[in-house]
Amino acid sequence: MDGRDESELARLLQAAIAGDERAYGEFLLRAANLVRGFARRRIVQGGIDPEDVVQETLLAIHMKRHTWRDNAPVTPWVYAIARYKLIDAFRRRGRRVEIEIGQIAESAAQPEPETVSDREIGRALDTLAPGQRSAVAAVCVDGHSIRETAKRLGMSETAVRVALHRGLAAIARRIGRK
Amino acid sequence: MDTNELIRALAADARQQAASISSIWWGAVGLAISLAAAVFFTTLGPRPDIATAAETPRFLFKFVVTITLAASAFGLARTLSRPDESWRKAMPYLAIAPALIVMAVIVELFVLPLDTWSAKLVGTNSMVCLTFIPLMGIGPLTIFLLALRHGATARPALAGAVAGLLAGGIAATFYAAQCMDDSPLFVATWYTIAIAGLALVGAVGAHRFARW
Repeated sequence: MDGRDESELARLLQAAIAGDERAYGEFLLRAANLVRGFARRRIVQGGIDPEDVVQETLLAIHMKRHTWRDNAPVTPWVYAIARYKLIDAFRRRGRRVEIEIGQIAESAAQPEPETVSDREIGRALDTLAPGQRSAVAAVCVDGHSIRETAKRLGMSETAVRVALHRGLAAIARRIGRK
Repeated sequence: MDTNELIRALAADARQQAASISSIWWGAVGLAISLAAAVFFTTLGPRPDIATAAETPRFLFKFVVTITLAASAFGLARTLSRPDESWRKAMPYLAIAPALIVMAVIVELFVLPLDTWSAKLVGTNSMVCLTFIPLMGIGPLTIFLLALRHGATARPALAGAVAGLLAGGIAATFYAAQCMDDSPLFVATWYTIAIAGLALVGAVGAHRFARW
């Protein structure tokens, strides 16, 4: 990461905060690459999927992007969020390991099937209220635009935006609370 | 859900914006001061001899300490609301108010005869102090915990403790206008205990409540 990348990242984030969706998508892609490298370097043993940390960090960046100080360096801010989410993931895994040891005696015979796409955020999506869930799923899983989603679900574009926003906020809360 | 799908959803949500950290904290502190003032004027009110008291250095010095504490805690709480490390630069300012009160205590011990020390320290109002600083501070503290939750602190317990110092500084500033005990010995003892209590509640509260 050199000075040019940093200033490009700052430019993209500024445009995103001004409401530019395309610049925001580009920013998030670059941030995802940074965080992926960060998480892979730090997760040395199994139990945590680095991509879970990437996704939870991106969601946290999204919910907390107002905590970036305009014209402050972006990379340290992204890494600070990634570090917090990584520690969170370690903390949660510690707890889960304890639960698993307790349950092994009873349920050792039925291992749960786990697919690659079955990530923390995907699981949180499944617990949303139906309206929010279908708005989030239509935009991200099916790749529809806000306008297409509004047409398909018979809602106004504003209502889709609100449902999407509330759905993402609910997912972020659920991840944070575990 | 793969990461590119998530990015698509987040990008589509670009227009939904939250209020800036700076505006949230200024709003929070304005609301907190109004709330503390409302509790102060409906319960205690200023002491009757406030006009003459305002001419004595001991009375005025109480406000220097409490306002310094509140101002330094405000600056620190604001930077602690961001996940990065910039709060470390605001940390030294927090030492100013304790340094002031320590100096004042030393001067007071030189000025006062030995046999009056304990009477000045115990004062006449310590239970009122221990009741009303937390009582006037708890509302502001709740507001500040909400402000911390709106931000993204990487140090929830520390940020909560600082929020408690800020709430305590505001409450103590109002309380100082009522309290008849102006000796730095009294302030250093009882104000500190009351404000530390709020800091502890803030630390525990933010540890549970300001996660993200």
